[in-house]
Amino acid sequence: MTSFDLNSAYPLSEHDLATLHRRLTQEAADNDLLDVAYRTVDSPIGTLLIAATPRGLVRLAFATEGTDRVLQDLADRISPRVLAAPKRLDEAAQQLEDYFAGRRQHFDLPLDWQLSAGFRRIVLNDLATDIDYGHTATYRELATLAGSPNAVRAVGTACATNPIPVVVPCHRVVRSDGTIGGYRGGPDAKVALLALERAA
Amino acid sequence: MEPKEPFDRVVTQHGPTVLRVARAVVGASDADDVWSETFIAALRAYPDLPADANIEAWLVTIAHRKALDSIRSGRRRAIPLGELPETAGANPAEDHDLDLTAAVRALPDRQRHAVAYHYLAGLPYAEIAALLGSSEAAARRAAADGIRTLRRRYPDSPHDGPTTPAPVTTRSRT
Repeated sequence: MTSFDLNSAYPLSEHDLATLHRRLTQEAADNDLLDVAYRTVDSPIGTLLIAATPRGLVRLAFATEGTDRVLQDLADRISPRVLAAPKRLDEAAQQLEDYFAGRRQHFDLPLDWQLSAGFRRIVLNDLATDIDYGHTATYRELATLAGSPNAVRAVGTACATNPIPVVVPCHRVVRSDGTIGGYRGGPDAKVALLALERAA
Repeated sequence: MEPKEPFDRVVTQHGPTVLRVARAVVGASDADDVWSETFIAALRAYPDLPADANIEAWLVTIAHRKALDSIRSGRRRAIPLGELPETAGANPAEDHDLDLTAAVRALPDRQRHAVAYHYLAGLPYAEIAALLGSSEAAARRAAADGIRTLRRRYPDSPHDGPTTPAPVTTRSRT
């Protein structure tokens, strides 16, 4: 059968498709169908992906985690209704920009804790409120703070699986021997964040 | 549960095809509305879609229903549908294909749908038949008749011929 290439009779511009995508995102939000909105933010520690549900910021991911993998994980664990939607995340992006510029020490954003449960969530809540900007605490101190002084390893796991790093400052948790310990965004990112907060 | 990909990827992967289909079926001026209504309806139903579903066929099915709605309301507004002058000219890049898109718009409904769903979306005739409520043979015939008309009206089409397969030929064509 001979083919008849009709596709080229309908050339599409990136502009047309981008406009339609924006319109879709807006209509999705208006119809309560935007379960997970995401965008990226440039930062000194690489491009960050941030995602929010209608309840609040639910995820911050480092470039090393891989956009596709992070979005798939959000689709699996929250909802497959995931759309790039910069607008819902304007405020979070602005606060992150201010933080990296040294102009902001506290994040004032609604957070959705649904990707963190149980003891891990208690630990992350504590560290979000009790370790101030520019300060550090050890994993053991944080375990004590959470009411389980022996749960040092569990605290380490809580930090390693923190779904909203930077905003929930697990980079401020270090090891008792003075070394910095692990970090979801890699040790370099942790060093950079601690240096940023010391300098400000 | 089978993993279902983020809807954003569905839009990126299939948005262009759905827009071409919409432009072919309802014309450029109503295509954006049909596209938007299709993807909002798809987004609403997406969590319940079986993970192994053929996403593009599913989207074309929704687009077909939205296009019928659009054509019906267009007829109520008494805008002549068969007129050749086309709004695609709003984009200068499309001017060279104005005649071909106009010729597609001038096809009888059934032929236009069959041509768009097979030659733009790569849908097999069995699925087109289900959409149009006809037999597979009738769907195949409608597409063949449509293409024959297009070739006649647009004989010098640079896109015409066996050497330029459409980019959607990965799907098996029955």
